[in-house]
Amino acid sequence: MLPRIELLGITKRFPGVLANDAISFAVQPGEIHALLGENGAGKSTLVKIIYGVLQADSGQITFDGREAQVGSPREARALGIGMVFQHFSLFEAMTVLENIALGMDHPPARRQLEAEVRRVLDSYNLALDPHRDVHTLSVGERQRIEIVRALLQKPKLLIMDEPTSVLTPQEVEELFKTLRQLASEGCSILYISHKLEEIKALCDRATIMRGGRVVATCDPAKETARSMAEMMIGGNLKDIEGRDGRTVGQVRFTVENLSVPGEPPFGTSLNDISFEVSAGEIFGIAGVAGNGQNELLAALSGEQRRGMRGRIVIDGRDITDTGVTGRRRAGLSSVPEERNGHAAVPGMSLAENAILSARTRKALAAKGLLRRSAAREFASSVISAFSVKATGARGMAGSLSGGNLQKYVMGREIMQEPAVLLVAQPTWGVDAGAASFIRQAMVDLAASGSAIVLISQDLDELLALSDRIAVINEGHLSAAMDIATVSIEELGLLMGGVHGKKKPASAAPAEGITHHGA
Amino acid sequence: MVLRLEARREPSTLMVFASPAIAVVTTLVVGAALFTLLGYDGIGAVMKIFVEPLFNPYRWQDLLVKAAPLAMIALGLSIGFRANVWNIGAEGQYVVGGLAGTGVALLTYEMSGYWILPAMILAGILGGMAYAAVPAVLKTRFSVNEILSSLMLNYVALQLLYYLTRGPWKDPEGFNFPQTVLFTDWQTLPKVVPGTLIHLGVPIAGVLALVIWFLVVRTVAGFQMRVFGMAPMAARYGGFQESRTVWTAMLIGGGLAGLAGVLEAAGPFGQMTPGFPTGYGYTAIIVAFLGRLHPFGILMAALVLALTYVGGESAQTAIRLPSAAVGVFQAMMLFFLLAADVLVRYRVVNRTTARSQRVSSEPATRNTERAA
Repeated sequence: MLPRIELLGITKRFPGVLANDAISFAVQPGEIHALLGENGAGKSTLVKIIYGVLQADSGQITFDGREAQVGSPREARALGIGMVFQHFSLFEAMTVLENIALGMDHPPARRQLEAEVRRVLDSYNLALDPHRDVHTLSVGERQRIEIVRALLQKPKLLIMDEPTSVLTPQEVEELFKTLRQLASEGCSILYISHKLEEIKALCDRATIMRGGRVVATCDPAKETARSMAEMMIGGNLKDIEGRDGRTVGQVRFTVENLSVPGEPPFGTSLNDISFEVSAGEIFGIAGVAGNGQNELLAALSGEQRRGMRGRIVIDGRDITDTGVTGRRRAGLSSVPEERNGHAAVPGMSLAENAILSARTRKALAAKGLLRRSAAREFASSVISAFSVKATGARGMAGSLSGGNLQKYVMGREIMQEPAVLLVAQPTWGVDAGAASFIRQAMVDLAASGSAIVLISQDLDELLALSDRIAVINEGHLSAAMDIATVSIEELGLLMGGVHGKKKPASAAPAEGITHHGA
Repeated sequence: MVLRLEARREPSTLMVFASPAIAVVTTLVVGAALFTLLGYDGIGAVMKIFVEPLFNPYRWQDLLVKAAPLAMIALGLSIGFRANVWNIGAEGQYVVGGLAGTGVALLTYEMSGYWILPAMILAGILGGMAYAAVPAVLKTRFSVNEILSSLMLNYVALQLLYYLTRGPWKDPEGFNFPQTVLFTDWQTLPKVVPGTLIHLGVPIAGVLALVIWFLVVRTVAGFQMRVFGMAPMAARYGGFQESRTVWTAMLIGGGLAGLAGVLEAAGPFGQMTPGFPTGYGYTAIIVAFLGRLHPFGILMAALVLALTYVGGESAQTAIRLPSAAVGVFQAMMLFFLLAADVLVRYRVVNRTTARSQRVSSEPATRNTERAA
């Protein structure tokens, strides 16, 4: 049988990096093929070459046995290649149907398009109302728009780029059903991910990339998640130490009935959020992206206090009415999700970035003047303690890789010995080595008696690190649950917006469809 | 040959310094061509405006006197521009600063004492600040775009100037000319080099450059400005408040524009007249950017733009260039600077050669791969 697509010696060089170094592999018709690798391994570059966004410097692509020149995404679609990107390109204020029409090269008449869309929705059992406005949809539903868009072109090869990073466990199951059905009809799927358990559950074969090269091809069913991870990073994974047998002390951080109105037009309002975290405890907050995580972090750190109600107490001190600097002085540190431009200024040196958040607790400024040598010293100590790969305290934050900058930011906050550390997505887009280092650092900080609030979309990370966990959905925080007794199904339902245990599981997707028609 | 822009991996430090030079040279070349096409002696105009004053020692003092207010205003504006606070109202703040100083001068006309000049200067600074406070209030309270509000206030300041010099402040013995009385010796800026035009404002501009440099590089307030300009989210994360940044930027910008105004009034003018505003407030925007918002760069840029004022005057008389020509040259300079700044983040590559290189290197890489 001819392979659906075969890559031969694909090479792509960017100034200073060899992003793809003679990549060769093939995907068979009807095969679900995983492309696995860390950030920076060259997956995105390769996929962009296949989809015609980038051109290879050398090498050859054969599609259904014929040599193919993919000069643009339009040519790729004409060949029968569809792609669902990680970041959706949707207009919030328009309907599903309008968005689908906008994404097509030659959209048919409206009524005909709607009929086609409904046929695709029916034949793949996708729950989606074509007339809903996009801003009312969940992330899973938005992804379905992109999938429908791709399926309308009747692709022979569908590329899925990190499709599950924003989905609840139930939505992931739904997606997998669709993909399996597609594959059984002969469509090949190139599935890009670094989530190993999913790849084991879904994929027939996996190509593993590291440093721009293919390092292995394997059958995921026959491998363990750990063995694939080790192929991916090219070394042994370190276990997190000191996770078990932690002792939890007295309450250090209390949030009572916190409510904050959302920023118009699409911001999430926080609604009556209460929780407390004790010394030595890691309190996990799970949830699908965009359910109020950023708003919660901004309200707790003091960056957004407009219209805030409720009470925030740290070590018995009420800090509700203090700003960012006052809260830092009281012992609150925070690490927002976005490194570049939020937790750090890319265009400034690491020493200046130390001044940004550590100037009060580490006395890096006095009487209105910067203490630049003290800042350099502190930055250097962070660099060495957190093994940050950087040219030194004078190096620009923007010149660091994602993982190294995240290690620096985490180190900067942790070395201020905070009473309470708030962290959002600490290992987002970070290589596995840096991620395990960061997780270990959080565990160590908790062991030293700090209270940690960990906001993450990565359930595996939350389950591995937290002592208790709660779920945030549309600005509401669920009751906290003990990590030892909680089930993934329960978390998934809460993430999908089903509150209380009595409702049937099927209520979640059904709610979405009936809304408009009824 | 097809020229194409390609993103650099890092901003080029060389280009940060080279682009102002490229802008000046391009302005000279294009300016010469433009005025030749318009039927003037283009090359002569460029020589007259940009070269001749440099070789005439008598004009050097003119340069310094024109550069001083430009530098002062630009130094103040650069603080705001670093923080993305776009104060376009320096012209109005300059006028109001001059008017405030004149007001003190008229009140103390009959008096004598060393305190009078400092009182005028203080009034000038406060006047500029007060006028800049209007857009600051509008911005922080009602989110009114400061570009529009500060720009429109320039015209209000002009009308205020016309009203005062033609009305209540008109010199009763001035043959009905719309201007105030001449200031007394106590109210006039002393010369620092006797026998020249060089007044106290020139060394003040130099000292201010040092002060602003210190403020930007060494103080928390300056740090705050820079962070706000580069990453507003990070500034909030760092505990800095936006409204405070806007206020600091507007007050420093307005204060220095006001200072420049009162020094001009008490120096070269020696009175207040409707001809007081000469566009320094607008030209200073070009100075700030040509000087890369850096205090010492601004001093250099102020001298370059002062050339256009000094040379422009002689070009008008010598080769009958229209007075608008100076504005054309100044605008071209900003235009080409902004264009040349593309080269800081991008470089020009020749597409055809790049492609042929790629083709020729292809077999080579294949071979090495096989060898490996």
